[in-house]
Amino acid sequence: MSTETLVPYDEALARYEPVLGIETHIELGTNSKMFCGCPTVFGAPPNTQVCPVCLGLPGALPVTNRAAIEGIIKIGLALNCSIVEWCRFARKNYFYPDMPKNFQISQYDEPLCVEGHLDVEVDGQSYRVEIERVHMEEDTGKSLHVGGTTGRIHGADHSLVDYNRAGIPLVEIVTKPIPATGDKAPLVARAYATELRELVRALGVSDVRMEEGSMRCDVNVSLMPIGSATWGTRSETKNVNSLRSVERSVRHEIERQAAVLDAGERVVQETRHFQEDTGTTTSGRSKEEAQDYRYFPEPDLVPMSPSRDWVEELRASLPELPAARRGRVRGEWGVTEKELQDIVNAGALDLIEETVQAGAEAAAARKWWMNELSRRATAQGVELTALPVTPADVVRVSRLVAEGTINDKLARQVLDGVLAGEGTPDEVVERRGLKVVSDEGELATIIDEVIAGNPDVAEKIRSGKVAAAGALVGAVMKATRGQADAGRARELIINKLTG
Amino acid sequence: MIKKTAADLAALIASGEASAVEVAQAHLDRIAAVDGSVNAFLHVDEDIVLEQARAVDAKRAAGERLGPLAGVPIAHKDVFTTKDMPTTCSSAILDGWRPPYDATVTARLREAGLVILGKTNMDEFAMGSSTENSAYGPTHNPWDLTKIPGGSSGGSSAAVAAYEAPLATGTDTGGSIRQPAAVTGLVGMKPTYGGSSRYGLIAFASSLDTPGPLARTVLDAALLHEAFSGHDPMDSTSIDQPVPPVVEAARRADVEGLRIGVVKEFGGEGYQPGVLARFHEAVELLESLGAKVVEVSCPHFTYALPAYYLIAPSECSSNLARFDAMRYGLRVGDDGARSAEEVMALTRAEGFGPEVKRRIMLGTYALSSGYYDAYYGKAQQVRTLIGRDFDAAYTQVDVLVSPTTPTTAFPIGERADDPMAMYLADLCTIPSNLAGNAAISVPCGLADEDRMPVGLQIMAPVLADDRVYRVGAAVEKALEDRWGGPLLKEAPEL
Amino acid sequence: MSAITRDEVVHLARLSRLALREDELDHLATQLDDIISAVARVQEVAAENIPPTSHALPLTNVLRADQVRPGLTPEQALSGAPAAEEQRFKVPRILDEEA
Repeated sequence: MSTETLVPYDEALARYEPVLGIETHIELGTNSKMFCGCPTVFGAPPNTQVCPVCLGLPGALPVTNRAAIEGIIKIGLALNCSIVEWCRFARKNYFYPDMPKNFQISQYDEPLCVEGHLDVEVDGQSYRVEIERVHMEEDTGKSLHVGGTTGRIHGADHSLVDYNRAGIPLVEIVTKPIPATGDKAPLVARAYATELRELVRALGVSDVRMEEGSMRCDVNVSLMPIGSATWGTRSETKNVNSLRSVERSVRHEIERQAAVLDAGERVVQETRHFQEDTGTTTSGRSKEEAQDYRYFPEPDLVPMSPSRDWVEELRASLPELPAARRGRVRGEWGVTEKELQDIVNAGALDLIEETVQAGAEAAAARKWWMNELSRRATAQGVELTALPVTPADVVRVSRLVAEGTINDKLARQVLDGVLAGEGTPDEVVERRGLKVVSDEGELATIIDEVIAGNPDVAEKIRSGKVAAAGALVGAVMKATRGQADAGRARELIINKLTG
Repeated sequence: MIKKTAADLAALIASGEASAVEVAQAHLDRIAAVDGSVNAFLHVDEDIVLEQARAVDAKRAAGERLGPLAGVPIAHKDVFTTKDMPTTCSSAILDGWRPPYDATVTARLREAGLVILGKTNMDEFAMGSSTENSAYGPTHNPWDLTKIPGGSSGGSSAAVAAYEAPLATGTDTGGSIRQPAAVTGLVGMKPTYGGSSRYGLIAFASSLDTPGPLARTVLDAALLHEAFSGHDPMDSTSIDQPVPPVVEAARRADVEGLRIGVVKEFGGEGYQPGVLARFHEAVELLESLGAKVVEVSCPHFTYALPAYYLIAPSECSSNLARFDAMRYGLRVGDDGARSAEEVMALTRAEGFGPEVKRRIMLGTYALSSGYYDAYYGKAQQVRTLIGRDFDAAYTQVDVLVSPTTPTTAFPIGERADDPMAMYLADLCTIPSNLAGNAAISVPCGLADEDRMPVGLQIMAPVLADDRVYRVGAAVEKALEDRWGGPLLKEAPEL
Repeated sequence: MSAITRDEVVHLARLSRLALREDELDHLATQLDDIISAVARVQEVAAENIPPTSHALPLTNVLRADQVRPGLTPEQALSGAPAAEEQRFKVPRILDEEA
């Protein structure tokens, strides 16, 4: 690999306009594979989820999974696509050891969903990403490259193939070229991938885990001189497997291609691979010798002709989509886009919404999930949803605070107790004896003791330095093990010394 | 025993006059006696055969209800996967392969209590009309061992014609059941496409391949047809409708009031005079039996052959891509240094025979960018036009008839390296494959020139399979009356 | 003029993964030329506005329920493999990410 010259990002953008294109593969979370009854569990021991069909044994034939077709139609509808009235599967012919039949069942010139769009927002500006097509295909097996030093394909002695993944339904979503994103191109690419992931997750048709490969992006980038109307030659960075990498790969390609063009050379149309460690892309197969996939209609599968009734039934079954939901929630909870984004990123949107629906104030629900529980989840390295606390628990905690039974500080201890498996919030309050000291007589006695024990501070307050009361409040809280209402204690102290 | 029909054997077994084991043993003995010169079978395992027969006898002894063909032996084309026997499609690339699953047709034969004698020779991957394209040597026609038994189901036709089995399975992609049946004096039926399951049938051309029966009588063919046909959820192209009443039609055997169309385009130049003579006699016979005969023109049928030799190779180039030395079958040249790509190419070059390679190359060409529209695309339009010719014809007549093949069996070796001459054997049978409709071949006599069998082809619309059995059985009955017995009694003793 | 050149035949052999010998290529070039010239007759047919037929019968929407069915054991799956290791199919080194 030769070292490549790069042009600093801002400089590149001063001279060139990037055009993006993104192809996303999403594995559907069906129970069985696309064309056979094999299970689709991730991480199963090798070749334990195979049958004559997905192994491509002589004589075996595919039969289409209804749930997969419903899944892709839902994705198409959510992306504002038209669902075609009639289409066929096609065979894409090429030889590769991880592809059992040496052709992939895909769709060629007759995709199931066409002409849609997805709006994404970057720094307060909205970009419409046009969707060219959404089509159905099957995944391949996975090769383990043995020998050599890197575990990579180059230099390997041989490979070991596991066909568990072969035949898992794969939806491919192809955008039209995305122009006019300027220096926001990497962020638009990332925002698109993020929004698509949220959308598909909301539809419940895939777990869209990029780290497990159930969502993978191929990112096309080309540059044209600013003011030019002719698009440049594009590179295609394959199998980018995190949102951050989507952004970085676009950024790197802009810097790299700008250098190529600055040097008066032409960009090679090729497949590139993103290197996580360096944030760069490296050259893969050149597409100079065009592939000849010899597509033709798959004779083993009959055409699909989704009835309009079926499509409308599926449309009616769509859940509230992320963009609409975010708009609603922002209004209802009074949060900014940024705050909402943090909630989404923390995986707290559903939890907060359930908590609010169960009767908590939005602000309180957000505070407990985002400030307290999210921090604990991060500390434990688990998903927020994996914590042993329910929206109902959070509702109860916020209600106890609102009623004055506990204060925020005690509430944190209550949550700790719930997380530690000590029972419901009420049980934790009871067992740990966490109620606020609300008996005025008892509190007055404690205050008297504190004043007596801190004559200097008391004197300051008497002489008008009311701010010094904080020290005495702290002492009261300490004496009551946090169970006093700090506001009331402060009031009583000041009244006593200045009143 | 071995000369009895399947229907008679089943009756003997059902009544207890003969055991399935006795019947199986008689056929095994016949195979041992004659298959050295016929070479119909690739694989026969006596123990497995007798085990199946014993199971039928045990069921009968236990008073279980037996199917109409229970205990009857059958020769099974090596294109169908079988768990307990190797499956090779007569190709070196699958030498010794033991599939881990049964084809639907295989499974249904077993359910019906048929005793599978073994796997029969064929043209490699069903590509051919002579069974010379086999990695395991050619099969010989029992009527004349120097001649071909037809193909690709030539092992099946030879086995039944040589009394090694009363029944056989075949597959018909462009005539591979009907043509071998015609040249060996048998009944061979290509059911409506989708009427019999392709699951476990090793694909040659998916949109054309159709499993069907070969037998010595029309009724036997119908019984076998009924035994393994019908909807299969494992085959997306399978028709979800009841099997047409073929057995009833074979028993009915009349043509009174039927309108029969003679395809004008099939006859004349290139047809052997003896074939045409027998064909015309058969047409006259049908008329004498009360059918109304008219000539019908199907103008696009003359383009069926070129269209077929684009569509079938195109599909085969893709279907046979899976034979790549990675997961099963032959692997050549894996010395630890060569790449997967090199090993694939070496294995395929060595494992496939010349005809298979020719068709893979032809299909790859027809599908490649720049040629698709002119070849594959055009052939698919011709396919539409042929379907329309049939539709138009069936508005005038109930069935169409033609000779099954332009000539009788030709000598082994004669057309071996002349693909275009070989392809002509399928001239009359191909249109039914392209349109997916039903067609049968029944014997209609011997050609005067060579005293070799001639076949009459009867075609009917999609799912009107019963109609061709009805006409075929009527012809059979009338001709056997005329001949004083089945045509096959004219065949020399082996 | 021939319908297909020898260079095209070499290209087709590569696309088809067939390592053909020189004499095979020569022989095939002649035969394919004959066959292609003959099948090119389909181009004589007036087929304007005629839709292509890819399937023999006009079936549509054959779908199955999303249910898991028993498949093969790894032993069965690997039973025909020319080579296997670690319960996987062992294949010669692969040259590139995608052929």
